[in-house]
Amino acid sequence: MLEISKLSTKINDTKILKGINLSVKPGEIHAIMGPNGSGKSTLASVITGKDGHEVIDGNIKFLNEEIVGLSPEEIAHLGIFLSFQYPVEIPGVSLMTFMKACIDQRHEKLNMPAMPASEFIKKMKQACKSLNIDSNWLSRGVNNGFSGGEKKRNEIFQMLMLKPKLAILDETDSGLDVDALKIVSSGINMLRNKNNSFIIITHYERILNYVVPDFVHILSDGKIIHSGGADLAKKIETTGYSEIEK
Amino acid sequence: MQTEPVVAEKVFLYNKIMSKENDILNKIANEKYKYGFVSKFDSEKIQKGLNEDVIKIISKKRNEPGWLLTYRLNAFKKLQELKSPKWANITFEDIDLQSISYYSSIKKKKKYNSLKEVDPELLKTFKKLGISIEEQKRLTGVAMDVVVDSVSVATTFQKELKKLGIIFCPISEAIQKYPELVKKYLGSVVPVSDNYYATLNSAVFTDGSFCYIPSGVRCPMELSTYFRINEAGTGQFERTLVIADKGSYVSYLEGCTAPIREEHQLHAAVVELVALEKSEIKYSTVQNWYPGDKNGVGGIYNFVTKRGLCHKMAKISWTQIETGSAITWKYPSCVLKGDGSIGEFFSVAVTNNKQQADTGTKMIHLGKNTTSTIISKGICAGKSNGSYRGLVNIAKRAKNSRNFSQCDSLLMGDKCGAHTFPYFECKNNSSVIEHEATTSKISDEQLFYCQQRGISEESAIGLIVNGYCKDVLKKLPMEFAVEAQKLLEISLEGSVG
Repeated sequence: MLEISKLSTKINDTKILKGINLSVKPGEIHAIMGPNGSGKSTLASVITGKDGHEVIDGNIKFLNEEIVGLSPEEIAHLGIFLSFQYPVEIPGVSLMTFMKACIDQRHEKLNMPAMPASEFIKKMKQACKSLNIDSNWLSRGVNNGFSGGEKKRNEIFQMLMLKPKLAILDETDSGLDVDALKIVSSGINMLRNKNNSFIIITHYERILNYVVPDFVHILSDGKIIHSGGADLAKKIETTGYSEIEK
Repeated sequence: MQTEPVVAEKVFLYNKIMSKENDILNKIANEKYKYGFVSKFDSEKIQKGLNEDVIKIISKKRNEPGWLLTYRLNAFKKLQELKSPKWANITFEDIDLQSISYYSSIKKKKKYNSLKEVDPELLKTFKKLGISIEEQKRLTGVAMDVVVDSVSVATTFQKELKKLGIIFCPISEAIQKYPELVKKYLGSVVPVSDNYYATLNSAVFTDGSFCYIPSGVRCPMELSTYFRINEAGTGQFERTLVIADKGSYVSYLEGCTAPIREEHQLHAAVVELVALEKSEIKYSTVQNWYPGDKNGVGGIYNFVTKRGLCHKMAKISWTQIETGSAITWKYPSCVLKGDGSIGEFFSVAVTNNKQQADTGTKMIHLGKNTTSTIISKGICAGKSNGSYRGLVNIAKRAKNSRNFSQCDSLLMGDKCGAHTFPYFECKNNSSVIEHEATTSKISDEQLFYCQQRGISEESAIGLIVNGYCKDVLKKLPMEFAVEAQKLLEISLEGSVG
């Protein structure tokens, strides 16, 4: 599904990613862990086409298509979703209006028939229910005045609405209390099937107790220095990154 | 967003009425010709310039009563003592009043035989706004076929108003038919010598709307210049007078979202609202005059004086969406004379390319327990300049009065300017004034967030801007709100990057 090979990037003159290789197959969940400043969020930004990152070597293929150089919305339309580490506030634009715009534009670009309003509303209500979200969220401005935890839940809500093929969750678990973490995890598990893949970027193995990954990668100084199974995360929790970096 | 069925229906009705209107328009245009107005002056060599003779001709041509000629001449005399104001945050070369032909505002619009002859750029914009073919023809001056079944719609509309005793007609007609009302209120809110542009208008105004709502009547529909019977295009010196008698209510719409191209550079309109005891006037404007090209060549200079007078317990709301004109100089104001009266001002002013706008409001609190609310949203893009200028004045006797002002500016790019000039004067200690102001930018993070969800950059800007203006847009009548949202997006096209 996602094939990253020899990916190196820089911002201005600073090299950030230094030859990343990563292969994500349908149905797999990959966790990417690593200390602060190791390049985790950069990897998410580069995959999703954010401005400001220059790819100096390597490539990223999604469903056999090269996506380096595509605009963020083109990448989104292919089915890649990013749950933001710091979700942005858009005052005055209700979540309902926002989601409608997302879905309408996607359907238009992919030459799919427009989603009828009744179906749209039904889906919104279902997603609210499964994440224990009060439906008055739908008329509030996107993330406007939301608490940190609410913002993260809102990201998962959007993920459920857009049903991506690949979801990248950038520290979605940070700042969540146990209850919220459970809700977020259940959202991920709800979407999980043999065709969808996830990349979970996290500092802690906490979330991995609820969403069990197939692979765990340790990112350090722009390189994947270690890969393993779910047990690797447990090991880090006890020994710390420095032990592995050696 | 898709139009709700109810809205669609209303828009449909609207378009029907409008298409009919054109037929009536044509008829009246022909009638005029019958009386020889146009032919006479067309045959005369049009002389430029402004003097007493010109004013006498204007007045005579319109068959006006003596008092009105005196009114005009008085204004002309006052004009000699006034100078064009220089305090606004706008730059332009002085306009030579002697270089303007004051007849030309009565000239006929250019006629086309089909839409194919109309500027394709203009048609493109129409399409984006979702304006019907019929209306496109009307707006561009294409000769139209008679649509028989819509006759009844327009007639029904007029009949219904008449039944309620509502007068809604061109002011030139009102001067003939209801001289007492016009004489009583014309200039009662905006005096002849109020300011340079208002004084000019008082001397040379050509036509405009007149509206009177009788005591206790609630006008059942939005009165719109769309429905106005004999007005082909808005005049250069438009004059509007709206009177709401005791306990009545009216919502009035002015302008339209479609781009309007006029040859006249200077526009100086005056709008006067009189809200008698316990009445309410809601006045909404969408202004989309030609803004000039990207380099600032051409475009309308729009110098408008709008003011409303509130008697006891009356309420006036101004809502404006200003996207057009090269220069906008406009301060719709409320004089809260009566105790317990309410004034409101909701504004969105967009400037792009080299447009300049200096706009805001004045809330003059004279009565006790008076309340005013100001919400102003400025959006500046390109190399434009937008200023909010507002005055809140609470007089000594206006005890226990309140004002709330919120002035927000949104900047796009780094070559535009947003300015806020709030003035507050409070002469008693039982009143409260609150003021909030913010300046923000559309952040790259916001754009990326939208794009990551599959929304194109241009749509994202539209979405964010509409969200930013929501507090004002929701004050617009529903039929207008949908079009106004699209208009905002179109006005800002190509403003990022």
